[in-house]
Amino acid sequence: MSWYEIKNLQSAAQKEIPCLEFLTLKRQIIEKISEGCRVVQFFGDKIGNEVILYVVLADDEQSKLFTASSIFSGVNSFESITPEVKSFHLFEREFFEQYGIKPEGHPWLKPVRKGIAGISSEENQYEFFKMEGEEVHEVGVGPIHAGIIEPGHFRFSCHGEQIHHLEIEHGFQHRGIEELFLKNKNKLEFLLKLSESIAGDTVIGHAGTFARAIESLGNIDVSRRAIIIRTIALELERIGIHLGDLSALAGDVAYLTGNAAFGAMRTKIINSTMAISGSRFGHGLIAIGGVNYDINDELKEKLTQTLNKLEEDVELAAEVLFSSASVLARFEKTGVVSLETAKDIGLVGPAARACGAALDVRTDHPYDGFTLFPVHKFTLKSGDVFARAYIRYVEIIQSIKIIRELLESPIDGENKKPLNNLSPNQFVVSMSEGWRGEIVHTAITDESGQLKRYKIKDPSFNNWIAVALAVKNNGISDFPLCNKSFNLSYSGFDL
Amino acid sequence: MLPVIQICLLLVAPFLFIGIINRVKALWAGRKGSPLLQPLYDFIRLLKKGEVISKTTSFVFQIAPTFNIAAVIFAFLLIPIPSFGSAFSFEGDFVLFAYVLGLSKFLTVLAALDTGSSFEGMGASREVTFSTIVEPAFFILIGTLAMLTGQTSFASIFHLLNSSAGYSVLIEILFTAALFIMILTEGSRVPVDDPNTHLELTMIHEVMVLDNSGPDFAFIFYSASMKMVLLSVLAANLLIPGNIQPVIATVLLIGIIMLSAVLIGLIESLIARARMSHVPQFIFLMTALSLIAFAVVVFYLRGRM
Repeated sequence: MSWYEIKNLQSAAQKEIPCLEFLTLKRQIIEKISEGCRVVQFFGDKIGNEVILYVVLADDEQSKLFTASSIFSGVNSFESITPEVKSFHLFEREFFEQYGIKPEGHPWLKPVRKGIAGISSEENQYEFFKMEGEEVHEVGVGPIHAGIIEPGHFRFSCHGEQIHHLEIEHGFQHRGIEELFLKNKNKLEFLLKLSESIAGDTVIGHAGTFARAIESLGNIDVSRRAIIIRTIALELERIGIHLGDLSALAGDVAYLTGNAAFGAMRTKIINSTMAISGSRFGHGLIAIGGVNYDINDELKEKLTQTLNKLEEDVELAAEVLFSSASVLARFEKTGVVSLETAKDIGLVGPAARACGAALDVRTDHPYDGFTLFPVHKFTLKSGDVFARAYIRYVEIIQSIKIIRELLESPIDGENKKPLNNLSPNQFVVSMSEGWRGEIVHTAITDESGQLKRYKIKDPSFNNWIAVALAVKNNGISDFPLCNKSFNLSYSGFDL
Repeated sequence: MLPVIQICLLLVAPFLFIGIINRVKALWAGRKGSPLLQPLYDFIRLLKKGEVISKTTSFVFQIAPTFNIAAVIFAFLLIPIPSFGSAFSFEGDFVLFAYVLGLSKFLTVLAALDTGSSFEGMGASREVTFSTIVEPAFFILIGTLAMLTGQTSFASIFHLLNSSAGYSVLIEILFTAALFIMILTEGSRVPVDDPNTHLELTMIHEVMVLDNSGPDFAFIFYSASMKMVLLSVLAANLLIPGNIQPVIATVLLIGIIMLSAVLIGLIESLIARARMSHVPQFIFLMTALSLIAFAVVVFYLRGRM
C-alpha cells in the first residue's frame, strides 16, 4: 500500500506523494474504499504533455486523508473506476472533459459543463435519455427559470404526473474559476475575493477554505481571536441560509405562516453578519492570516441577545411548522434518498446527514474554532424532504449554541497576521463544512512558491445527482419542493 | 335597483375579493399588505399594455380570454341577487350556468394546448381532471335543491328555498360547505392550487395562461376572480332568507362575499397546499357533502309522503 497520509490543512511536500501506475492506483483505491474511505478529490494537473492525476481519499473516523497520484504521458485512456466505485462517476467525467483522457468502461460519459452550454457548432450535441410510450411526455425546464435563480436545464421524462427520469444539464454558469485562480496567482487578495464568489451563498465557507489553504502553505499561525471570529461568521452563514431554506420550503408548499416567520428571522441573522463586516453575506470578513473585522464587547452583547431571541423564535416556528398536518403531508416520504444511495453517490452535508450518513467536516477533519470546541454530528434516517428540513432546524439550534460558546470563550491575539511567502512544491488539502456540505480546495505550489494548480469542489458537485435520483417516481409537481430541500448551487457546480 | 347592484358587483367585487384575500394573508404574515384595490390597479395596468402572441398559436388562443370574461358575466346574470331576483331566468337555467362556465374552461384548456408548451399541457390535464370531479358534485347540489323546492330555475329555487319546510340548518351548512370547496377549486386557491407560486411544475390554473399577456391576461384575471364572486353570491342565496328587507339582504350579501374572501385568506395563511395526487380527495369532499345533503332531503321527502 502506498499512500501518503496527511491531515486536513497539513501541507506536504509534493514529492512525498507516491506516483503509481494507474492500475495499481485503481486497485489501491478500491481497497481503501472498501475499508470505509471516501473520495474527496480526483483531479488532474497538466504539465507539458503529461497529466498528473491526484486522488485524495478521506478516512473520516480517523481524521486522515490519503493521497496518491499517477502520471498519464502519451496515453489517452484509462480503466474507469466508476463500475466498481460509483462515487467516482462525476470526477472521472470532469477529468475526461478537462484533459481528454477517457475513462474506459465509464457507464455514462456525459459532459459535465460543456453539454449544451459549452457546445460549439461543429461539435455533436449530447443526446438526452429518451423514453417512449403512451402517456409518456417530456418536460424541459430552464435554463431560464421563472423567479430569480441561476440557469440550469432539467429534462423530465414523465408518465402522466409521475417522474420516471430526470436529467440535469449544467454548465450555463461556467466562469473558468480554476483558470482565473492561476491567471491571478500573484494577487492573493484578488483570489480571496474570487473565492468569495465561487458560490454566492457560501461566501464565508469558500473564502475561509481558501484562506486556510494559503495560510497552511505560508505557515501562518492564525490568532485565536481570528479563529473564533471566522467560526462565528461561518455558523452565522449556516444559520442564515438554513433559515432562508426553511422559509422557502414552507413557501413551496404554500404555507404562509412558516414562510413569513422563518423569512423574518433570516433577516435578523444576516443583519448580524452585516453588523460585523458591513456585508449581509460576509463579503470582506475573511482575510488571509485572520479576519478584517473585530467583534468588540458591544457587538458581542448584541449578538448574544439576537441569538437568544432567535433560539426562542426558531423553536416556536419549528414547532408550528413540523406539527402542521398539511405541511407534513407534503414533506414526508417526498424525494427519499436512501443511505445506500447516499453512500454510492458520495452525498455530503445536511442532505447526507438527513439520510443517516454521519459526515461532518467540522467533526471529522476539524479546523479553525472546531479544533477548540468539538461539534456533535446529528443524523436523521428518513432521507426525505422532511428530514432535510428538520436537520436544518437541528443545525440552526446547534449553530446558535456553538456561537454562544465561542462568544463566551476568551478572545486574544491580533485580527490579522502578515502574509509570508508560500512554501515551494507543496500540496495542501483544505476541507471545511459549509452550510451546504463539504467544501474541498486543493492547492499545489511550484518551485517558486506560486500556485500552479488550484482545485475547487463545492458540495453541489457531489449532490446534484441526488436531486435527479430523489425525484424518481415522485409527482412532477413535487420536484420544486425536492429541489429546494437540497438547495444546490449552479455556480458552485459550474465553477 | 337590481341592475345597479349587479353593475356594482361586476365592477368592484372581483378586485376587492382578491384584495381582501391578499390583505388577510399580509396581516397574518405580519406585513402591512398592498392596497385593497391593488388588483384593480393591476387590471388597469394590464389593459394598457401591449400583447405578445405566440406564432405557434391559432385563433383559439386569442378568443379564449374574451370568451372567458363574457361567460362569467353571463353566468353572473343568471344568478339571482337575494331579494331582487336575477336578470333573466327560465326553467333549467342552472344547466346553462354550469355549461357556460364549462365552455369557457374548455376554451381555456384548448388555448393552453394550442401553445404547444409542455407546461401548459400539464396544467390543462390537471384542470380537466379536477373539473370532472366538480361538475357532478355541482349537479347533485343544485339537483337536490330543485328536488326539495320542486322548481327548476335558480330564481324560483332560491325564492322558495328558505320558506320551504324541509330546508334545515343542516342542509344549509352542508351546501354552503360544498360550495365553498367549489370556490377554492374553481378559484385555484390553496389547498387545490397555489396562486402565488412561480414554480410552473406545481401550477394548475396559472400554468395554462403562461403565454397570455396584456389585456388578454387582464380578462383571464378578471374572470378567475369573478368566478369566485359569483359562487359566493350563489352561497349567499343559500344563506339569506328570501323574504327579508332588500336593504338587509344587500348588506348580508356584501357581508357574505367579504366573509368568503376572508375565509380563503385565512385558509391560505394557515394550511399548506395539498399534494397534487391528494387534491382529488379534497374535491371529492364536495361530492360527499352534496350526497349527504341529497340523502337528508330524500329522507325528509319520503317521510312527508
